[in-house]
This record gives sequence, C-alpha cells and structure tokens, in this order.
Amino acid sequence: MIEARGLAKRFGAIDAVREVSFVAGDGRITGLLGPNGAGKSTSLRLICGVLAPDRGAARIDGIDVAGAASAARARLGALPHSAGLYGHLTGRENIAYFGALHRIPAPRITREIDRWRERLDMTDFLDRPAKSYSQGQRVKVALVRALVHQPRNLVLDEPTNGLDVMAIRALRGVLEELRTEGRCILFSSHVMQEVSALSDRIVIIGGGRVLADDTPAALRVRSGTTTLEEAFLRILADGEREDEAPDGGGAAARC
Amino acid sequence: MLTLWTVFRKELLENLRDRRTLFSALVFGPLLGPLLFGVMVSRIVAENTGAARQRVALTVVHGERAPDLLAYLTAAGARLRRAPFGARAARAAVVRGGAGVVLIVPRDYPRRFARSEPARVLLVADSADNATRGDAARAGALLQSYASSIAQRRLQVRGVDPLIAAPVTIDSIDVASASARAVSVIGLMTYFVLFAVLMGGLYFAIDATAGERERGSLEPLLMVPIARGALVGGKILATCAAMATSLAICLAAFLGVLHTLSLERLGMRSDFGPLMALEFFAICLPFVPLGAALMTFVASFTRSYREAQSYVAAVLLVPTLPIAFASIYSLRASPAWMFVPSLSQHLLMTNLLERRPIGAIDVLVSAASSLLVALVLFVFTERQWRRESMLG
Ligand SMILES: Nc1ncnc2c1ncn2[C@@H]1O[C@H](COP(=O)(O)OP(=O)(O)O)[C@@H](O)[C@H]1O
Ligand SMILES: [Mg+2]
Repeated sequence: MIEARGLAKRFGAIDAVREVSFVAGDGRITGLLGPNGAGKSTSLRLICGVLAPDRGAARIDGIDVAGAASAARARLGALPHSAGLYGHLTGRENIAYFGALHRIPAPRITREIDRWRERLDMTDFLDRPAKSYSQGQRVKVALVRALVHQPRNLVLDEPTNGLDVMAIRALRGVLEELRTEGRCILFSSHVMQEVSALSDRIVIIGGGRVLADDTPAALRVRSGTTTLEEAFLRILADGEREDEAPDGGGAAARC
Repeated sequence: MLTLWTVFRKELLENLRDRRTLFSALVFGPLLGPLLFGVMVSRIVAENTGAARQRVALTVVHGERAPDLLAYLTAAGARLRRAPFGARAARAAVVRGGAGVVLIVPRDYPRRFARSEPARVLLVADSADNATRGDAARAGALLQSYASSIAQRRLQVRGVDPLIAAPVTIDSIDVASASARAVSVIGLMTYFVLFAVLMGGLYFAIDATAGERERGSLEPLLMVPIARGALVGGKILATCAAMATSLAICLAAFLGVLHTLSLERLGMRSDFGPLMALEFFAICLPFVPLGAALMTFVASFTRSYREAQSYVAAVLLVPTLPIAFASIYSLRASPAWMFVPSLSQHLLMTNLLERRPIGAIDVLVSAASSLLVALVLFVFTERQWRRESMLG
C-alpha cells in the first residue's frame, strides 16, 4: 500500500507539488492522471524517496519513506521516467545487477528473470548488449529490473511513453497479473484513455494538487458527463479556476 | 561490503566492454608517457653521441717528416689523409674547399725537433667554413696537447718534475648539454608516471558518474536501498583498479624504453630496473585512490559526459603544478614536501632515480597524506551523492 499525505515540493520559484494526498491500495491499479507539468513525476519521486518533501510524508506499507528509507525502498519497485540501462551490459546483466544490489540470491534472480522472459517475450534480446535495444525492449528490461526483488509495491512513471501497441498490451498484461497477486500498482500518465483502460482508481492531478480521486465510473457521474474525457477536462478546468481564486483552499480537501 | 563488491564488479565488467575506456586505461594512458619520453631521450642521445663520435679529419702534407706526431694524432682518434698536393698548393686547395683542414710539416721540422728547438708546423684552415671550423679548433687543441706532452717528456729526461711545466690544468666539462637535459628529462618521467595513473581512470570515473546520469540509469539506481557510501566506494574502487593497472603498464613500458636507450652516454644512470619499478609502484600506489576520488568527485557535479570530460581533463593537470613548482625552485625532498601529494611522489621518485637515499618516514608521510586527502574527497563525494540535486 502506498500512502501520500499532504506532500509538497518546491524547486526555487516553482511549486511543483503543492498538496498531494491519496492512497493506492493493494490488489489495485491506481492511475495518476494529469497534464504535462502537473507534478506527477515529482510526486512519484517523493514517494520513492529520491526527493525529500518540503511538507507531508509518504508511506510504503505503513513505513515512512523519509524515516526508514531502506526498509521502505526494499518494498518498492520503481520504473522512473528515465529508466536507462547500461548499454555494455546485456539485459540479463542489467537485471541481475539490481537484484544483487537488493541482495537477492543469484538462483532467485535467475528464476525471476525466467518468469518474465517468457511472459514478456524477451528471449530474443535478453542476452544481447542493451545498447542495441529498441525503446520497447528497454522498457521491458527496466520493468523486470524493477520487479526482480519481488516488491509488494510498484511505481511506474509514464511507462507507456514511446511504446507501440504490442508493447503496451504486454505491459498491461503484466500489470493485471501483478494486481491479481495482490500487489499495489501506481502509475502515471497524461493519456486519459490509458488510465481509464487500466485503473481501478484514478487520481487526477493538476497544478500540483489532487483534483479528483475516485473510480472511473464515479468520476463520470460526479462531473455530470457521459465520457471520461469530458470529465477529465471539466475537473482540470475547475481546478484551475480554484487556483486563481484568492481563497482557493484546494480542491483536494473537497474530494 | 557486499554492495561495494557488487558495484565494483559491475563497473569493471561494463568498462572492460567499452573500447574507448579500455583504450584509455590500458593503452593511451600508460603508454603515451613512455613513448614520448623515449622519443625525446633518443633524440638527446643522438645529438650528444653524434658530436662525440665526430673525429678530427686532417689532410697531412709531408707527414713522413713527423712520424711521432702522426702516431700521436692517430692514437687520439684523428682521421689522417695524405695530401695529393704539395705544400705550395695547400693554401689554394683549402680556399677551393674540399681539402678540409691541412697540416703541413715543413722541411726543417725533423732537424729542429731533434735539437729541441721550436719546430714549426702549419695548420691551414678556412675559418669562414662552418663545416671545418670544428675540425680546425679540435686539431689545434690536439697539436697543443702533443706539444705539452713533448715538453713534459723533455723535462723529465732532464730531471725536472714535469708538473712544474703545468701550473694550471684545465678540465672542461660541458654541463649544458647532457646532464642538464637529463635532469629535466627525469622530471618528465615522474610526471608521465603520475599522468598515467590519472589517465588510466579518466573514463572509468566519468562513466560511473556523468555517464550514469546521462544514460538515465542513475535514478533507478538511487531508488535501490543501498548505502551511498558503498555505491560511491565501489565506483571509486573500480577507478582505482584501472589506475593501478595503468600505472603498472606504464612502469613496465618505461623499463622497456630505458632498456633500449643508452642513457649512460648521457651521464644518466639507467639503473631503472625491475626493482626500482616496483619501488615506483609502491610510491605511487597511495596516489591512486587520491586520483580516483578526485576525478569521481569532480565528475559528480557534471551533467553530461561532455561536460565531465572537460572538467575531469583539467584534473589531469593537477600533478603538473607541483612538479613545475619543484623544478622552478629546484626543490629537494624534505619532510615538509612529503605532505603535498603528487609533489611528494615526484620528489621520492626523483631521489630514487638519482640514487639519493629516501627515508622510510618520508615514504610513510607521503602515503598517509595522499590517503588522507583521498578519504576527505571520498567523504565529500558521498555527501554529494546523498543530496537530491544529484538527480539533476
Ligand atoms: N528538478 C527540478 N528542478 C526544477 N523544477 C522542476 C524539477 N522537477 C520538476 N520541476 C518542475 O516542476 C513542475 C512539475 O514537474 P513534473 O513533476 O515533472 O510534472 P509531470 O511529471 O506531471 O509532467 C514542472 O513545472 C517542472 O518544470
Ligand atoms: Mg513526468
């Protein structure tokens, strides 16, 4: 389970994240939806503990990320926005390196790699140097790298960026499989269709605030629209209006 | 410890597969110095021994009148040639050129010589001719030394101590050429050794920091629950391994280069043998972690490979500054200088090369101060890696 409680982060004059609170539960896929610059990546980095929040806190399975960083991180797998690989190492070596850093015994690393190799159709390229990979192959290896220590929680920042339809479908299959295993999955995207196709719960974020946090169906009903796209646009517009209001206390409190 | 080892192994494996990194660590870094050194020294050797080998060439007219003189000249290494012309034609032959320096023994020479009267010889030369001017001067000096050897012989025969006739003797030693240049060449050698250390780890250090960021592998790496100290330590250790390898290759290459050059002729000792190479290695080894930590520290602040290259290349100049300082002020190894890394290594190596003794304390202080600076740099690097600005 991933919990964000009143997260805020400022970079100089930019308020990247003003007030982000939500809960991503186990056995569910939670989609973080928002336009570019909304603060999705920053929120996820705060949750992963590579950035320290100015205010608020994040917890992984109830463990405070700032307080017990190692324990929290051990329960977390992450596919950050820039999920680069070591080009001179093979995909397998890239994955094994992270497994070793997590202190996973070699046989278990091999077992985990074998499991995903078939599942993600990676046999062709897994033992080739990573510098020759396509974007889709890179993401697959980076995903297995994030899963090699079998974390209970998985955070993915715009995982479908640059992927073709086939790769997106494979990724979707993996996330659904992980959900049935009872893991907690949190992913971000700026593409509404993707989020609605996958998520059990949608957290809409704009201007560094949570503007809505509900199931796809409830979001449609609440904003009085028939399609999710209209709902998304209306919620974003409302959020902006509130930000401009002098006493804009924040839509998050209302949701 | 386990993490350190994991990081170390991965950095080595990755860089061993990178041709550019490998080239700079195993070829360019360690061999550039010895090769440049070899070219420079062999040129100096050629200049000096070339001049020494040049023997006086003399064309002799009526040499049969002075067999003793001819024997002396031949023994002194002069190349003698019988003139195809007579005494009268000698002047014209020299003016025409081609005859070189001409020595004429006049008709009355044997008689005057036998009576111990001043016996005259004639040396005909063209002082405007650059090609033979050296010959003329050397021939003059040879004749002068023959004359004084005869004088001493005569005094001895007459029961006078011949030393009376030599109130002042002059031994001229040309320091300008060989030995002076040899000293500056030694300075170069120690610089090249330290350069090989740093160059050997250049791309390792860049790849482990700026390369990690540019590839986008830094963020997932920083999300793994490992101590930053172990991460940074493993990276620095891998750079150390590259630097130590480069150092060893460089010293082996110097062994080869110095073996093939004949330094004795320069007045330099060439007893840089395997034992001294090992001593060099031991002296420079503490400089290895310093160089690795320094490069990793500098590269940690850069955003890209290219930026890192320009900054870290500046670090390559670090060992030159103290060495330049040392040669400008002609520093000798003293306890105080042993606290200055790179300068201390330079001075210790120079002492070994010049066969001056070095103290165990000096070696220890040099090693300890270098390792201490390395440790401080490691702490600063680790601190930088804990900051969130590391993500960029
Ligand atoms: N390291 C940083 N330094 C300065 N500004 C940043 C940094 N990271 C993000 N920002 C700014 O914060 C805002 C939110 O960025 P981000 O969280 O990446 O948004 P999203 O992922 O939703 O597109 C943007 O205006 C971005 O320019
Ligand atoms: Mg983003």
